[in-house]
Amino acid sequence: MVQQQAALLKPESLVAEFKKNNVTHIVTIPDSETNYLYELMKEQDWLEVVPTSREGETFAIALGLIVGGKVPVCVIQNTGMMESGDSIRGMSLDANFPLVMLIGYRGWTRHGVITDSAAKYTETFLHAMGINYYLLEGDDDASRISVAFEEARKNSCPVAVLVGDEYHGFNRM
Amino acid sequence: MFDSADMFRAFQPHRDKAIVLVTGTCGRDWRAISEDEKRDLSLQGAMGQTNAAALGFALAQPNEKVVLFDSEGSLQMNMGILGTIAGMKPENFVHFLMDNEVYATTGGQPTPNAGNINFAGMAREAGYASTFSFDNLEEFADSIEKVMQAEGPVFVAMKMTPKVENEPIGRRVRSPQRGRAETIKVMQEELRISIA
Repeated sequence: MVQQQAALLKPESLVAEFKKNNVTHIVTIPDSETNYLYELMKEQDWLEVVPTSREGETFAIALGLIVGGKVPVCVIQNTGMMESGDSIRGMSLDANFPLVMLIGYRGWTRHGVITDSAAKYTETFLHAMGINYYLLEGDDDASRISVAFEEARKNSCPVAVLVGDEYHGFNRM
Repeated sequence: MFDSADMFRAFQPHRDKAIVLVTGTCGRDWRAISEDEKRDLSLQGAMGQTNAAALGFALAQPNEKVVLFDSEGSLQMNMGILGTIAGMKPENFVHFLMDNEVYATTGGQPTPNAGNINFAGMAREAGYASTFSFDNLEEFADSIEKVMQAEGPVFVAMKMTPKVENEPIGRRVRSPQRGRAETIKVMQEELRISIA
């Protein structure tokens, strides 16, 4: 019998962290693993969800929101982050504004061998861009989102939060 | 086709208090014509993404009219933005497209399927509330007041005369442009916006 993992990462914990850090907009491309998170975010009257057509848009839209006085978070998958390279460079790193990006760490595993190239290159990509990051593996790690916000605001730069666990609860009714 | 400087001269009297963003070679004509530099904002910085940044600003400031002068080369790098903008329905957003059918800054090579794409049709089918097309200055000048009062998001396709640059980059005469950081700082002071 497979044992249930303790302290699974709950979508509610992520939304609570967004509220704590005065987030106003989520700029995102949803994926099947984050469907419940998407639905939960849509239910919050203090939060506006901005669905995009491609991940590169998210960093540009976020820049416009920041310049306009709002607090966006980019929520995308690691594959999309790599697609967004020029946008991250020109619309986030060069702009010198605080931004937290929540990145789904597709293919990541603590145990065994990583075989998915999406995961293999995720941290390499962030190192190349000079972007610091924090890893969420379970609910106890959710407060690292606040740590990322503090660092982004202190240094006026993007900071990544890698979600190394699926948002358990995506299959709720 | 008509000249971008002439187009901007026709637009300027109808600008009112709008925040104006430009991109592409045609956009360089705007600075000499603008009469309210404090409300000119540059959010350029990544290929094909100025339109997305303009959308973000329009969403952040729904009580300000936001006018973007985009280029077809830029839009074709990021065509999905039409659906993104239409989906968010920013009523305060006017999206002009300066279509000169070439990459003017790299020597005038044609953009993909140049001259054969109905950009206003694409915007209309994507879900923009109002769309217009102009290929001559007279019609544009006669219609600009109506364009600026149309229900948003508004899309305006315009055929622009190319201003092709063939000089090596080091020998080109550059018109002075304000940097992105400067325009952001000045505009935020003008609108009393602080970084949250």
